[in-house]
Amino acid sequence: MMIFINLYLIPALALGSIYALGAVGISMIYGILRFSHFAHGDVMTIGAYGSLSAVWVFHIHPLLALPFGIALAIAVALLADRAFYRPLRRLPTIYAVIASFGVALMIRSLVQLVWGPQNQVFQAGVRTPLVLFDSLRVSPLHLQAIVVTLVLAAALQWFLTHTRTGRSMRAVSDDPDLASIAGLEPERVIRWTWIIGSALAATAGVLAGMDTQVHASMGWNLLLAMFASALLGGIGKPMGAVAGGFIIGMVEELSTYAWIGSESLVSPSYKSALAFVIMVLVLLFRPQGIMRGRLL
Amino acid sequence: MSAAPLAGGMNPSVANGATALLEIRGLSAGYGGAPVIEDIAMDVMPNEVRIIVGPNGAGKSTLLKSVLSMTTRLSGSIRFKGQDITGLPTPALVPLGISAVPQTRNVFPTLSVAENLDVGTYAAPRADARRMLERVFELFPDLKTKRKQPAGELSGGQRQMVALGRALMSDPALLLLDEPTAGLSPVYLERIFDLILDIRRTGVTVVMVEQNARQALRIADIGTVLVGGRHYISGHGRALLDNDDVRRSFLGGGVAA
Repeated sequence: MMIFINLYLIPALALGSIYALGAVGISMIYGILRFSHFAHGDVMTIGAYGSLSAVWVFHIHPLLALPFGIALAIAVALLADRAFYRPLRRLPTIYAVIASFGVALMIRSLVQLVWGPQNQVFQAGVRTPLVLFDSLRVSPLHLQAIVVTLVLAAALQWFLTHTRTGRSMRAVSDDPDLASIAGLEPERVIRWTWIIGSALAATAGVLAGMDTQVHASMGWNLLLAMFASALLGGIGKPMGAVAGGFIIGMVEELSTYAWIGSESLVSPSYKSALAFVIMVLVLLFRPQGIMRGRLL
Repeated sequence: MSAAPLAGGMNPSVANGATALLEIRGLSAGYGGAPVIEDIAMDVMPNEVRIIVGPNGAGKSTLLKSVLSMTTRLSGSIRFKGQDITGLPTPALVPLGISAVPQTRNVFPTLSVAENLDVGTYAAPRADARRMLERVFELFPDLKTKRKQPAGELSGGQRQMVALGRALMSDPALLLLDEPTAGLSPVYLERIFDLILDIRRTGVTVVMVEQNARQALRIADIGTVLVGGRHYISGHGRALLDNDDVRRSFLGGGVAA
């Protein structure tokens, strides 16, 4: 039982946290800008590198360096929006989708150019797990990831329901034409969508980088699972995306547990395919997701 | 039997010299290609209830949407309180004092009733939100108990009240309504018309497109008949109802209600 919790459940929740934070941005961008942002994983990557640089320069804890990563990710996303997505706003959204592929490649190449193609780490060395109640051995990194994600999700939910900007964002997501008639400025809402989505992506990038390594394609590799999370939760529903992220993370990690007999139920090398399987099943049988999001 | 003939194409309120709240001149507009409305002129005076009627496809909704810059304008101009608002972006109209309720999809379905009303104040910083909310709850007491409910879960009539309430929250001078009674039961129809008169009493000018022409013209100060995208006739609501030609051609049936 403790092995299950220590080696499967906690890592599963940690992985789920990373998916959740990334999926929120994908979901919100889809809800408001109406397109699938394929560069979101790379926004995550640039956020991780921004924090990594701050760690190198100031020798601070990666989480304290987070604001630098967030600032860099926001700047890159706003720049990409201004240069590539905004000119395409009035065209069918497939143009923006394709453009976001281009942006993804640009960010990745830029990262390799600036920081090099090799893997980097936030902190070298072996980290001792936290031992709680004698037998619960938890990696502090995993605990941090879970706590940070839950706090941010709660803060986002409060922001969306209690502030003018948050309510305006939900209004535009509900009906952009009516929002315009009600006098809401779409560009202002779009700007906030990028700011929030990129900030959460950068946080996910740092958490992912702390857990393993920082490399140029880290975000791209996580993109599929994040899309699956956003879809599962109901696209356009940030809290659905959080739930979806945790579910996908759990399914991927827990599938390798020896549920039947002594062998892994699913070989670890296949576990990332499960996000794919879930995504296809959701699209086939419940395209609106858990929280009745917009149909694709 | 018939009333005195009305001046076709001429607007009764243009003549009397007072300043119009909304002035439309030579307006032609459509959706990209051919014009749907052509050469429309219309003057709406302050505190007037103006009802726009006409057969399906006459361009009634297109006329409202053109005022809101939601169509492709081919020519003409629109002035509001003397200011040229031609082609101004849609969101910029609310701060000037123009509110609108589209015919369908006129509430934010996942936002609660209270949030729908709140959103109505965002673009009008001068509107006193608390006072406006009181006024809206006075007009629509039913909404008070449904404050926390998502607007999408309400009945059609209640949604229409939320939509009207949201539009009033910005304290507009001009309210544009696109068929507010569409799809509503006759009971609600009467209520909406009564409410429009209540709204006018608070100093709001109302321009309304209406399919139920016969009932609507009874509450109209001025009725405007559009046919085939062109201005056909304007006149006092009663006069239009009594006009044999209008009645026969556009109000269905030859006998007065």
